[in-house]
Amino acid sequence: MTENDHDHEHARLLKTEHPVGIVGYGAYVPRYRLPAREVARIWTNGTGGLPIEEKSVPGLDEDVATMSIEAARNALARAQINPSDLRAVWVGSESHPYAVKPTSTIVAEAIGAVPSTQAADWEFACKAGTEAMVAAMGFVGSQMARYALAIGMDTAQGRPGDALEYTAGAGGAAFIIGPGDDSLAEIESSYSFVTDTPDFWRRQYAIYPEHGQRFTGEPAYFKHITSAGEAMFEATNTKPEDYAYAVFHQPNTKFPQRAGQMLGFKPEQIATGLLVPRIGNTYSGAAIIGLTAILDVAKPGERIMMVSFGSGAGSDAMVLRVTDKIAGKPQLATTTEEYIARRTEIDYAEYVRMRGKLTMK
Amino acid sequence: MSKVIIAGIGQTPVNEQWDVSLRELGLQAIEAAMQDAGGLRPTALYVGNMLAGTLSRQAHLGALLADFAGLIGIEAATIEAAGASAAMALRVGMLAVASGQVDAALVLGVEKLSDQVPAQVESALAMGSDTDYEAEQGLTLTAQAAMIAQRYMHEYKVPEYGLAGFPLTAHANGAHNPNAMFRKAVKPETYAKAGMVSAPLNMFDVAPNADGAAALLLTRADLLPSGFPHPLVEIAGSSAVTDTLALHDRPDPLTFNAARLSVERACAQAGILPKDVDLFELFDAFSIYSALSLEAAGFSPKGEGWKWAQDGAISLTGELPISTLGGLKARGFPGGATGAYQAVEAVLQLRGQAGGAQVKNAKTALVQSLGGPASTAVTHVLRITG
Amino acid sequence: MDIPRHWRLKKQRYALVGEVCEHCDAKLFPPRDICPECGEEAKTLFQFSGKGEVYSYTAVYEAPEGYAEQAPYTLAMVKLDEGPLITAQLTDLGAQKPAIGMPVEMVTRLLRSATDERGMLIYGYKFRPAVAQVA
Repeated sequence: MTENDHDHEHARLLKTEHPVGIVGYGAYVPRYRLPAREVARIWTNGTGGLPIEEKSVPGLDEDVATMSIEAARNALARAQINPSDLRAVWVGSESHPYAVKPTSTIVAEAIGAVPSTQAADWEFACKAGTEAMVAAMGFVGSQMARYALAIGMDTAQGRPGDALEYTAGAGGAAFIIGPGDDSLAEIESSYSFVTDTPDFWRRQYAIYPEHGQRFTGEPAYFKHITSAGEAMFEATNTKPEDYAYAVFHQPNTKFPQRAGQMLGFKPEQIATGLLVPRIGNTYSGAAIIGLTAILDVAKPGERIMMVSFGSGAGSDAMVLRVTDKIAGKPQLATTTEEYIARRTEIDYAEYVRMRGKLTMK
Repeated sequence: MSKVIIAGIGQTPVNEQWDVSLRELGLQAIEAAMQDAGGLRPTALYVGNMLAGTLSRQAHLGALLADFAGLIGIEAATIEAAGASAAMALRVGMLAVASGQVDAALVLGVEKLSDQVPAQVESALAMGSDTDYEAEQGLTLTAQAAMIAQRYMHEYKVPEYGLAGFPLTAHANGAHNPNAMFRKAVKPETYAKAGMVSAPLNMFDVAPNADGAAALLLTRADLLPSGFPHPLVEIAGSSAVTDTLALHDRPDPLTFNAARLSVERACAQAGILPKDVDLFELFDAFSIYSALSLEAAGFSPKGEGWKWAQDGAISLTGELPISTLGGLKARGFPGGATGAYQAVEAVLQLRGQAGGAQVKNAKTALVQSLGGPASTAVTHVLRITG
Repeated sequence: MDIPRHWRLKKQRYALVGEVCEHCDAKLFPPRDICPECGEEAKTLFQFSGKGEVYSYTAVYEAPEGYAEQAPYTLAMVKLDEGPLITAQLTDLGAQKPAIGMPVEMVTRLLRSATDERGMLIYGYKFRPAVAQVA
């Protein structure tokens, strides 16, 4: 590679003018769990492999707004900043409670960030959360704002009996992006890889998404994740062994394991952030809630690579470096593992009721 | 101030009256009361009602009922104080007659709860609580009473069936009341097997919603028609007191402070002590209300009101008969009309017209109606006069 | 739809914002502008911590209109750490039984059923067993 080539590679990176990073983070996972074997019991007579152990299910009074509020409160508790200092409240999701009316204003009001703030909802299938994070990096990195809140949260939909029903979970995470010097993890750079690939979608007014089944694998998930990850290695001149942790979008247990392998990561590098077996695919929340589990245990100086994936399709890759400021932060709010441990198993009938799949009209 | 006499009483049966409208219910009670008063004609009508605007889509009951009863021209208005609406209307009627401004005041309690489905009735009744901070949380009055009972039983170590005596007494008494919704005594074992409504309240701890109308015609003694056929019952004391609307705003949610004050004031006005009364028509919308009302009236120290229900002390032949014609529990709970029924029943007792439910030698009665958990308490002392 | 009625209350409902009396330091929820403790004006906003314990509770099976889809639910009176007693639902109980004295924390949840596809969503405070108590 010539110097020019390297400059060209480097120019594809999204790097901020001023250093930015995560000053506070928070996760949320609802209490209820539906074992995958319960879905199999109903639809396959218990035969066939299971893509995960169990998935998280939101209570009857939960939606993306209420879940985002809780994750945002956790992020504020760790950032220890005044919510009125936030200049953006951005919520990425594919299950916003309203078709028209922002989730973000509800969250901003509840956490006390109104009125001097941006507020908007983001949508890019499962990468709406990292999309909001990258935007927040730009906001803070250009010094338009000192702090911006980016959330990825979903109560994912899966048609009864569909492969997605085993995995479509609920949860996500919130990040307060701020100046690099204040950060518990500096975001050194990000890179986005996007093509038009219709692997999964939900049309207006449809309740459940459609997907291309095996087409969602190679040309969609793997192509975008590995392209983004490899481009990131190249542009930052790093190798898998430079990272303590890696975390990917995780629609099931196997995909992120294989993506990690394809990029050259060892299983122990991806183990901490691999939550999908225990909470399911949290869509916009999937990669980033894995990141919160890593931040809960990471040590200063450790590098993390995160690569999200959103159908349609695209991946955002980010390189983070944990700083000294991580010390004591995880304990300031409920940790991701504490949420996962707060677990009440339900059966398929309870699940059907809780997810509104019983027709009342 | 001249004595205010309850010259006439009337009531309809309490139950689900599918084929009778709100105005027809009212008319039946008005006609009965006017007839009972020997043809005395009212010059004012005070209607005690809580929910006609919501459940019957009808406001302006004063004009409606004056019109329908052939009383066009008299003054008429609705008085609303949730479950104490009709009791408050009785007080307003008493004040009007006592002031000399009104010669004969007709007090009508009327409520039609059966025109809407139960979920709507629960919502409507919950409007008597603090809508923004209680009802909006999914509160019903039953759930609220259950929370009072739960805490009360916890704090005072009340045994599992410690409140059962209240509804069992009410049902035993209701068996003698031809207008009662339930006219059958209930066995303790039936109570013990009953389905939970809101733990610890089972279906016997909650008064049944129903339709009903009861009326009282008030006048001054010197205006009574000649040959008036009944023993004279006077309103000897009357008091209405408010407390916080929301139960949670009270320093002690287990004390019915407004009920205490209104008993004290009504008795002071009548020149008696609560222990001087021969019966107590209390507001037993929920079993726990009976215990708290007995404590508020000073019949028990705090935390011991439930003990009245243990050994027959509140039966018709006991030390302090309560709910003598079935109370809200067995007679039924016609919402804002309830206070008129309570007063009518006390008058029957004092006149000696209570039939099988008659309390012997009843001369003085204490009658108390509550709006919500005694957010309003209206107490009257009724007694035989010369 | 009661839009303005709900909109006015959003700060209190979403986040337990009440008032503090500048004169006697009493914390007030719901806000009521006149301090019930000392009778003076109390209009300074106060953010409650959301921590408290169950004073009493019951189960609601016969729910009022708009709440049926969440029934049976647990209703409670919660004693906030700062003093006030408030009425609110308990949520996220899972298989846990509510109890008098149970430590709880505030969460913001849907107050009413969200099954009316056309209506506005009403969010407000509920309480759940403190997460540390669960894990």
